[in-house]
Amino acid sequence: MVMTLDLPTFTYTSVNLTPNEYKSGVPPVWCPGCGDYGVLASFLKAIAELRIPREQLTIVSGIGCSSRFPAFVEAYGFHGTHGRALPIATGIKMARPDLIVVTVGGDGDAFSIGMGHLPHAIRRNIDITYIVMDNEIYGLTKGQPSPTSPIGLEKKASPYGTAERPINPLQLVLAAGATWVGRGFSSKPKELTDLIKAAIQHKGFSFLQVISPCVTFYDTYEHFKSITKPLPPEHDPRDRLSALRYAMDEQNVYLGLFYEETGAETFDARYAAMRARVAKPDYGVRDIINKYMR
Amino acid sequence: MHDQSLTLRVGGDSAAGGIVTTGEVFARIAAYAGLEVYTTRTIPAEIKGGHVMFQARIAPTEVWSQGDELDMLVAFDQESIDRYYALIRPGGILVYNSNDGQPPAADYVTFALPLNDLAKTINFQRGRNIITIGALVKLFGLPPDVAITVIEKQLGRRKDLLEQNLLAFKTGYDYVEQHITPTALYRLTPRPGAEKEERLVLSGNQALAIGAIAAGCRFFAGYPITPASDIMEFLAAELPRVGGTMVQAEDEMAALAMALGASYGGVRAMTATSGPGLALMLELIGHAAMTELPVVVVDVQRAGPSTGMPTKVSQGDLRMSVFGTNDDAPHIVLAPVSVEDNFYLIIHAFNIAEKYQVPVIFLSDQDMSVRVQTVPAFDPTRIPLEPRLLWDPNSGDKFQRYKDTPTGISPMSLPGMPGGQYVAEGLEHNAEGEPNYDLYWRTTNMEKRARKVSQAVHEVERLTLYERFGNAEAAIGIIGWGSTIGPVREAVQLAEAEGIPVAVLYPKMLYPLSRALLEDFIAKRQAIIVPELNYVGQFARMIQAEFGREVIALRQFGGIPFKTRDVYEEIKRVHASLKPTQKTLARKQTSTQRRARR
Repeated sequence: MVMTLDLPTFTYTSVNLTPNEYKSGVPPVWCPGCGDYGVLASFLKAIAELRIPREQLTIVSGIGCSSRFPAFVEAYGFHGTHGRALPIATGIKMARPDLIVVTVGGDGDAFSIGMGHLPHAIRRNIDITYIVMDNEIYGLTKGQPSPTSPIGLEKKASPYGTAERPINPLQLVLAAGATWVGRGFSSKPKELTDLIKAAIQHKGFSFLQVISPCVTFYDTYEHFKSITKPLPPEHDPRDRLSALRYAMDEQNVYLGLFYEETGAETFDARYAAMRARVAKPDYGVRDIINKYMR
Repeated sequence: MHDQSLTLRVGGDSAAGGIVTTGEVFARIAAYAGLEVYTTRTIPAEIKGGHVMFQARIAPTEVWSQGDELDMLVAFDQESIDRYYALIRPGGILVYNSNDGQPPAADYVTFALPLNDLAKTINFQRGRNIITIGALVKLFGLPPDVAITVIEKQLGRRKDLLEQNLLAFKTGYDYVEQHITPTALYRLTPRPGAEKEERLVLSGNQALAIGAIAAGCRFFAGYPITPASDIMEFLAAELPRVGGTMVQAEDEMAALAMALGASYGGVRAMTATSGPGLALMLELIGHAAMTELPVVVVDVQRAGPSTGMPTKVSQGDLRMSVFGTNDDAPHIVLAPVSVEDNFYLIIHAFNIAEKYQVPVIFLSDQDMSVRVQTVPAFDPTRIPLEPRLLWDPNSGDKFQRYKDTPTGISPMSLPGMPGGQYVAEGLEHNAEGEPNYDLYWRTTNMEKRARKVSQAVHEVERLTLYERFGNAEAAIGIIGWGSTIGPVREAVQLAEAEGIPVAVLYPKMLYPLSRALLEDFIAKRQAIIVPELNYVGQFARMIQAEFGREVIALRQFGGIPFKTRDVYEEIKRVHASLKPTQKTLARKQTSTQRRARR
């Protein structure tokens, strides 16, 4: 008999835990005042309100300050290599669709070394959430400009000012066809919690950019406090072009749910349906071998 | 060895179509008739068109190499005649398309087939390949009913074309019957009852992909690359049928990252690539070693460096596989020796990866990956599957993912198990998997990870992860790896027939190397030849470094396999260079053997 290595069947029941009970006990390594503390707090509140069992949640990250995130949450975690958080998360979700998979990281991880994976996660519409803590700087390596840094930013690796134009992450993911797009701010915890909840609940790939300033290398708190504002009520989040217009606004940085497309089929669901279609009862390795028998 | 086997080469322009089909179908007809076949082919560098060659060695008993010279050339055009006529052995046969080629006079028998004219008579220009097959079947006296069965099986998908193909077959067959009086031709006679033995006709990549499914692999992610892509294509078709998943990733890093994600989820996972792709995966292989995640990474080696020669063979990725990661990342490197071995060794690869929670690099090569040959039917139950050690949530113990143990292997939890939460951590960490750079945890975990791999070496003896043959007392030894074993086997037979004994060892675990296996073998030899398909003699240098023993690197880096003659002549050269006392020793042993045989 050919031995199979079937996974155990996992069942989950929703829990009633406080945000604190989702803390792993590992103290965060971030600088005092880092925006990521706010993101973590809103995240813990969001998963508590969603009553997610700790063993069902898997948090995947790459490399960077914000990628240390999984260690601070009492959940399953995967601290991967620089830039590869999305494909790792894709592998987890495809192998284990029963899990709630959240990918976290920073702007360097997402838009520089890992940029090649972002459009593919979007086109697959895999059912995972991606939270990008954007501080417009490389913090862990001590202050080099990032792909979202503004032109002219003077840092040690750009002593005469950056000469490259920044990426507009929301414009990018909206154009690539993301089915859920939002932007939050670490200093707006209540709104951020709601956005994280909605992103996790979205069936499909949800992209949440969170402005999360770096107090040590690029303190943008005051700047963003002055130019962020909620999306106006007349914006219809089912309207991708309207979402793009607000994302491309150069005077204001809008916060909120930019775009949401419900009912789009996910990669994991589409693959499972295909599998069900082509699966043959009692089909196994011997049948495959027999195809090559002379 | 032409008295026992037939080496046939078919050449032509791939734009004309069917060159490889001709060879493949003919080889299958021979296989179905009960003969053993061993094929090899070139793939044109051009995307459409370009010269291609298909070679089949056919014999009543198993053959181990593609054959050094041609017994027969089938040339579809003048270019094929020009390229290959000199390779035909004296007294061999040239079958040529007399509508497109004129052979120079040489010591061979020629048969003219007016292929274009014959195709015109049946109004089927693309039928030249099947006309040729008909002619070959008649020339070699193979059973036409078997040929028709194979044609129906291989080309029967389009019913309208099948009728034309069968007509083409008859046209070629009849032409030979009416125009050529076969004299002193090959008669390929199978062993009695051989056609009833269970034989598979398939390539190394197909064997590997089936082996992966037998090994319980249920997740594959890959990125297209020659010559590994057909593993991905095979699994794209078969994995969903057995409940698995195949994802075509956006690049090689994503491919391995996805496989690691799936493995983290508890599913046996694999990726397959070639040299340039492995180069991109190395960082993640280090990550798998650090996080102790099982995964199998197949590298179907091709000639490099850089893009190199994607359609040509090489064994040049050994050093990258062994030494490629940043810092010491304990992992395993395995190398199969044959098409059949691709099936069985990949099962071992999964077992070792899962049991020791390590990445396993599996070094196949272009030669055995594309080569279609007959192999004994696979037994998917021969190797029992060994699952990974899982944490028991009911054990009452607080879970520690990287708990230090005597073997270094720690029980693993799977997402979904309450209480088993941990982070697969690429930073140095403590037993819980929390980032930690303390000297204690650093040294403890470096040693723990290394301990697993030093345990895994014992699998070499337990699972016989090597091939050993020849004369165990011989003064001359050959230590090799991978697909070079075929020509070595034949060369050793030739040498032994001349009274030169040779001992041969092919380890299949190349990293770490088993001292128990190699030390004794090395100590007994006066001279050791290490044949391999790369420029510097990568394995030779590894053996020298590891065992402090000078070896003779026999190298072929032209993108082609060894010829039997290459190895045979090196054995003779080394034999002649041995000191007289050593030679006497060797001769004495041979004569003792001979006496024993009498």
